[in-house]
Amino acid sequence: MNFSIEDYYADLIDGNVLLAYKGSINTELINNVLDTIESKLQDFNEPSKVRKKVYNVLVESLQNLFHHIDDLPDEYKDDFESRFGILVVSKEGNKYRISTGNFIRNDKIAYLKEKIDQINSSNREELKEMYKFILNHQKLSEKGGGGLGLVDIARKTGNKLKYTFVPFDDEYSFYNLDVFVDEVIEKKNS
Amino acid sequence: MEPLIIEGTPKTPTVRFDAEKGVIEIKGRSIPENSVEFYKPLVDWLEEYKKNPKPKTTVNIQLEYFNTSSSKCILDVFKKLEAIHKAKNEVEINWYYEEDDEDMLEAGEDYESIIRIPFKMIEIVE
Repeated sequence: MNFSIEDYYADLIDGNVLLAYKGSINTELINNVLDTIESKLQDFNEPSKVRKKVYNVLVESLQNLFHHIDDLPDEYKDDFESRFGILVVSKEGNKYRISTGNFIRNDKIAYLKEKIDQINSSNREELKEMYKFILNHQKLSEKGGGGLGLVDIARKTGNKLKYTFVPFDDEYSFYNLDVFVDEVIEKKNS
Repeated sequence: MEPLIIEGTPKTPTVRFDAEKGVIEIKGRSIPENSVEFYKPLVDWLEEYKKNPKPKTTVNIQLEYFNTSSSKCILDVFKKLEAIHKAKNEVEINWYYEEDDEDMLEAGEDYESIIRIPFKMIEIVE
């Protein structure tokens, strides 16, 4: 097993970290994280535009994690809590970075990769159309927004989604997603 | 018809649906993990209201945040209003957004283009 959660986590929290968490992703945790980040952004005196973007993107990132985490088989349960995920919110230069990490079944990777690549290769107008299409045509699953989350994040941030899949064993990989929110937001429609 | 009144929480909006006045209001934050559960009574209420609506229904939507899980449910609410509008009743939709919140303005425009009832976009200036 080459992949080490500890090393991976240590790398992530190396910087200007607002919040770092590894463990079970549940509703209570989500509420705590949202409260914490909201008050930190207030303390930083960020303009409301930036605060709202970071908050919005954080909500989607956390709820994506919440809805899509794959549980590991029992043989790992001594190593990881159930619904194990990682969340790190940090500030790098003039960007906020929201990193999420979770185990994913290998058979789901191709689909997810294709989806993110499609989002990353779309411009603003295409993302808007993609968002509206999913909103209007796809059934809401009990798991959430039917794939709207990533499109919404890409639209709101205007930045590419950065992902990695690190092989863990025959069945699972560790999926990391980095989302960046610029501290200075340029006017749209220009 | 009984009004539908739900007090807001940090993750769900304040709801005031008043059939007597023909006023429908959703205000606050809508970011629950499972929004279907929250929105079901709203959609059911509108289904009932649709049978005997006021000649004019005023809709005030003033959201600070909403997540993508809510966005589908909000569309369901608008689709009920669209049906009321199609049945030759006046439906006025006021979409409020905070000053400079272009994302919220754009979200209103997205809905407007899907349901085809003109929205009044109202910027809240502090």
